[in-house]
Amino acid sequence: MADLEDRINESQKMGMQIIKESEDDRLMTLSVGPQHPGSGHFRFVVKLDGDYIVHCDPDPGYVHRGEEKMTEYRNFIQNIPHLERPVIHDSTNITYSYSLAVEELTGIEVPRRGQFIRAIASELNRQVYTLYWLAIYGIFLGHSTMFMWPTGDRELFIDLLEALTGARVTHAFNIPGGVRNDVPNGFKDRCLRQISYYEKRLKEYEDIFYNNPLVRQRTEGVGILTKEDAIRLGVTGSVLRASGVPYDIRKAEPYDVYNEIDFKVQYMKTADSFARAYVPFLDMRESCHILRQLLDKMPEAGEVRAKLQANPRGPPGEAYRRVESGRGALGYYIISDGTPKPYRVKISVGSFRNMLALPHLLVGAKMGDMPVIYWALNYWPVEADR
Amino acid sequence: MSSEANHSNNSNNNFVIISNEFNKNNPEITTTLAPPNSRHDHPLVSTFSSSSRLASPPLTKTVGSPGSPSTPLRRKEPEPPAFEKGIASEISANFGQMVQIIFIKPLRIKLAVEPPNIVKVATFLRDNLGYDHAESVAGTDYPKDDQIEVIYHLGSYSREDLAGQVLSIATRTNRDDARLPTLINVYKSVEYHERETFEMLGVYFEGHPRNERFLLPEDWADIPPLRKEFRIKGR
Repeated sequence: MADLEDRINESQKMGMQIIKESEDDRLMTLSVGPQHPGSGHFRFVVKLDGDYIVHCDPDPGYVHRGEEKMTEYRNFIQNIPHLERPVIHDSTNITYSYSLAVEELTGIEVPRRGQFIRAIASELNRQVYTLYWLAIYGIFLGHSTMFMWPTGDRELFIDLLEALTGARVTHAFNIPGGVRNDVPNGFKDRCLRQISYYEKRLKEYEDIFYNNPLVRQRTEGVGILTKEDAIRLGVTGSVLRASGVPYDIRKAEPYDVYNEIDFKVQYMKTADSFARAYVPFLDMRESCHILRQLLDKMPEAGEVRAKLQANPRGPPGEAYRRVESGRGALGYYIISDGTPKPYRVKISVGSFRNMLALPHLLVGAKMGDMPVIYWALNYWPVEADR
Repeated sequence: MSSEANHSNNSNNNFVIISNEFNKNNPEITTTLAPPNSRHDHPLVSTFSSSSRLASPPLTKTVGSPGSPSTPLRRKEPEPPAFEKGIASEISANFGQMVQIIFIKPLRIKLAVEPPNIVKVATFLRDNLGYDHAESVAGTDYPKDDQIEVIYHLGSYSREDLAGQVLSIATRTNRDDARLPTLINVYKSVEYHERETFEMLGVYFEGHPRNERFLLPEDWADIPPLRKEFRIKGR
């Protein structure tokens, strides 16, 4: 140190100016996304001090499509196809709570068989979404087998949903009053065969990915979100359950037939990225049990939807209904003024709520851990932007 | 920072039920509830009573398979359920006329408060009743009343008996000078929701650190899009 001071004094004697390094010189500002392959349609600006993230500012909105405004121009039924666009891989669940809210507003009652088919489609779609997310998480950990396997197995669920709804990805299957179609012949057997195969595959997933020492090393202890912080930030879904809060809308506020289904809320207490990656996997496994029960208890015959007028409407009022989607609670707040068009629709999505945890977790983490933390948040940028 | 240590820390933090007292019907508290007719006189409750365009009964006919048990409709329940009523009466016992109870339905309670009181009421809800996070913040434009309503949907993770409950707390401000106190110091979870409400409806949240653009394009130079006078092109 004395050496340095001597040199500074010497330089000053020679008339040289000493410029101290400011904080801005040391920090590097890095814009991640929206074209970064690891970000999706989402940008966040991080400031790096060496390897460590010291500041993070999310900047969503690259796929904002004004879904909430669009609903005010269409009637209740016309709204369904465009409302599933924010998250096409989970399109049954995002229209599920919308249908529930509209049913509450208009007083439509769903036939029992329709309720079961809805729940079956919802669980199948949960598998599709979670497999897609798992594939992405796998590839960003550098585990390309975990990209290929879920992508392949996802096709089988897509085929099932195609047989059920007629469309591969965007189904527009839930409508206020029930579902569009009845199940095709032989659907139950096909579904059960698929689940048996898939449960075997889940064991292999666990062996190759979750029990992989390299995956564990990269995810365990990374990005810890304590229970208190999770509650304070109001996160939802797998992020919340990974922090030790056993909260699931299917249990907390059972909709349709979920109060007749016996299942456990899957949660972990380690609160790190591994837990956030493992809880969706546990959900998939539990979802298989739910599917078996739903298929078993579904009435053999009956109506699948209530007969509707062309433009259902109800008295003025408001409704707030939620379902558990692949990314947590998905709520619709709908205000009706008595016309066939909603006066205001607010979509409260899990991704938007979980975004608050991103700066919280990234600040203080290493840049190399960024993909591990970011993708474990189960974040879907298109849904957050709506 | 091993995961094992973290595990043992969190393992004994199970749900803590703060108080179950108000579940019982306390006759003293219930008498302080506002009479049902008085809510129509309140300026905050003019939403649908003054500006409703249609008050027709539902036109749809419902068909249910006969003889099968189906979930009962929420709206037809005549009597407000006891648990929700208990929560509502605890709130009105503390605030009296400061808080208007708009409705009590199964799993849903809606309150209306004046803007200056919202922080006080929200703090009470968080500290005394266990509503620990906000699920959504929705702003609605009412040009006929010249007002904007902002409604906070609050939920609870830490109290098991409140798990399915959503308490919504609404407040209104003028359209011309839309200003409301922020709830960010009470509920951290409203941070992005309030920022979204600012850019979509032009409600300035006093005390919020960033009343800034969030989802809209960087060069957005129009009125806030969720106001009713903003029209989508071609519609």
